[in-house]
Amino acid sequence: MMRATVLALALATGALMPAPVMAVQPNEVLSDPALESRARALSKDLRCLVCRNENIDDSNADLARDLRLLVRERLVAGDSDSAAMDYIVARYGEYVLLNPTSTGANLLLWYAGPLMLLVGGGIAFTYVRRRRTLTETAPATLSTDEEKRLAEIMRE
Amino acid sequence: MIIELGHFALILALFVAIIQTVVPLVGAHKRWAGWMAVGEAAASAQFVLVAFSFAALTYAFVVSDFSVSLVVANSHTLKPMLYKVSGVWGNHEGSLLLWSLMLALFGGSVAWFGSNLPPTLRARVLSVQGSIGVAFFLFMLLTSNPFLRLEVPPFDGRDLNPLLQDPGLAFHPPFLYLGYVGLSVAFSFAVAALIEGRVDAAWGRWVRPWALAAWVFLTIGIALGSWWAYYELGWGGFWFWDPVENASFMPWLIGAALLHSAIVVEKRESLKAWTILLAILAFGFSLIGTFIVRSGVITSVHAFANDPERGVFILMILGFFMGGALLLFAFRASAMEAKGLFAPVSRESAIVANNLLLSVSCFVVFVGTIWPLVAELLWDRKLSVGEPFFNAAFTPFMVVLALLLPIGAIMPWKRAVVGRSFKVMIPALVLAVSLGLLGYAMQTGRTALGPIGLGLGAWVLFGALTELWQRAGRGPVLGRLARLTRLPRADWGKATAHGGFGVTVFAVAAMMAWQVEDIRTMNIGESYDLEGYSVKLASVDETTGPNYFTTMARFEVTKNGRDIATVFPEKRVYPVAAMPTTEAGIDYGFTRDLYFVIGDLQQNGSWAVRSYFKPFANWIWGGAMLMALGGFISLADRRYRVAAGSRAPKTPAAVPAE
Repeated sequence: MMRATVLALALATGALMPAPVMAVQPNEVLSDPALESRARALSKDLRCLVCRNENIDDSNADLARDLRLLVRERLVAGDSDSAAMDYIVARYGEYVLLNPTSTGANLLLWYAGPLMLLVGGGIAFTYVRRRRTLTETAPATLSTDEEKRLAEIMRE
Repeated sequence: MIIELGHFALILALFVAIIQTVVPLVGAHKRWAGWMAVGEAAASAQFVLVAFSFAALTYAFVVSDFSVSLVVANSHTLKPMLYKVSGVWGNHEGSLLLWSLMLALFGGSVAWFGSNLPPTLRARVLSVQGSIGVAFFLFMLLTSNPFLRLEVPPFDGRDLNPLLQDPGLAFHPPFLYLGYVGLSVAFSFAVAALIEGRVDAAWGRWVRPWALAAWVFLTIGIALGSWWAYYELGWGGFWFWDPVENASFMPWLIGAALLHSAIVVEKRESLKAWTILLAILAFGFSLIGTFIVRSGVITSVHAFANDPERGVFILMILGFFMGGALLLFAFRASAMEAKGLFAPVSRESAIVANNLLLSVSCFVVFVGTIWPLVAELLWDRKLSVGEPFFNAAFTPFMVVLALLLPIGAIMPWKRAVVGRSFKVMIPALVLAVSLGLLGYAMQTGRTALGPIGLGLGAWVLFGALTELWQRAGRGPVLGRLARLTRLPRADWGKATAHGGFGVTVFAVAAMMAWQVEDIRTMNIGESYDLEGYSVKLASVDETTGPNYFTTMARFEVTKNGRDIATVFPEKRVYPVAAMPTTEAGIDYGFTRDLYFVIGDLQQNGSWAVRSYFKPFANWIWGGAMLMALGGFISLADRRYRVAAGSRAPKTPAAVPAE
């Protein structure tokens, strides 16, 4: 239902439409600031699964809250950042990661930009070099219409 | 009755658009002046018909005619008038009608102001423009008719989504659409030129104002949307890399590339084929954007299956126009021979680099946006691509772009010497680096992002100012100042837009690096400290608005005992739509915003409160507005007014047969 509403809204307006938020609640915040800041950093990379492109920090959905608490639970239990992330991915699937892994086919995603830059840069480089050496092309002759038009302009 | 007339006018507009597509095209091919002239009349008629149709729908919303199902779904008698009117385009069907209205308006403008275009080119442009109209009228009439009536009208409507009842969002879609549809004119010019088989400086001069105007409107539209997200969604984010945002950002990037490469066509008669391709792609991305937003395909393949009719229709439109135009391009591009020569180091090459970076960054956004779909279709992997990816993969291109911009912008055409262009910029560079270092010294233990953004933004901004100063020539300062005021508006526009880009680069980095967040619970009467400001929660009251209930808090902000501001963050509930919204309380300032959100009542009677110190927040949109303003100043340049205002000789009544 939530997604259907949100989707309908987005369709209707062409705008981004997450629900209003209260996101991180005061009682969730860990007392250890170092742990808390690690939790916040991890939260930025985790998707609220029932929302539209929101991370769990920004979402007020119950599921996002559960995930925030789970992240903090794992950190308090002494997990490293990557262990905590692995733990969550193992339970919620790859879909939960807002920052896609750079494994397998995803390499294509990560290298799409640099590859395109190389290809485009190569084409641009050859083009620019050719522009220097190419001989000037003969100016195109005017068509009869244009000559008439030119004569009119000159008369004015 | 008026509704039926509006509906009828829409159907008539479809037929007029068909005539506008076919007759001038044949006329231009056969050189029949009479047939070519049909295009102008048809474009005017099409505009009048669509305008009437749009007025009819607006009327239905204004008088709350609940026999129209669209009005029922998106309006309510208690809604303020502004939002009754904006409700017309705050939904799928109405926004398509708005799209068509603008399409007809731009087609009409080509007909009305294009008297100095070669008649065959004008006829062909109008024909292509007409064909886009046919596609969208058919789309509306077959899948998304805004004029459908209900057999049994209800007593009241279901209300426009409360999030949309906001001035920022009321005007966000019209500006975006002006941009999207403006790019359709560049597209029509490109296809017409391909049919015609020639592109020259005059063509460049004609296309550039359209591309520029479209880009300016897109800039305003995107900035409005981003500003709205900032104050409405309750945590002060300004950009989320959401598919629907990316949908408007991709045409913006390509549009920016297009308006630069069109300068090369106009001034140097080079990059012709590339400019044509960009014009085609820019509109293509507008259509892809429409497809993404309307079909919901990116959110989930399954959402697409819910409403396949519309999605498939837009896909067909996209396939027809892109396929046709690109095919035409493949056959004809070789005919677009470039004339101007230039050295590898020159303004031309700098613009090639600009185009390369903008197009590749657009490509990155595109791949990131469709990747979840590709991964699901090909490898059955359900994954997400979100903000962290885009920040990492997109930003480097913008950094390089900002680094190159001041040098490239000041290089002379044809042949430049890097050292000479660089020497002029040394003061700007020194200033930018010292500012960056100063920023680094003043912050403690935070990321390098802030100082780098500061230095980069300053480099672009001071670079733009340096260029302006250079343009004023040499000699005593007073003489230079006098000459500054007489510079062509195009120079001022360029400096303003580039400066605006610098401002936005800086502001985005500053916001991401230096924002401070505070989350706490507090009782009424309590105070706390936020970055040197003392904040007191004075009261929390329950009141009602015209069509909502609200919980309104009152925060009193002081600094060293001096009153700074009183802000009223709200939590609203719109009963008809059964939706809560947050209204942040913001104290806007030149160098910082103080941003307050009131949360839920806690069990012990205290309130959850979130607040932010947001440095240079306004500069993000200020920079965007400077970019748009720069575009407007350029549009007002003398040479366009001369071109538009010159009385062209009347086209001969009959052209002798060849």
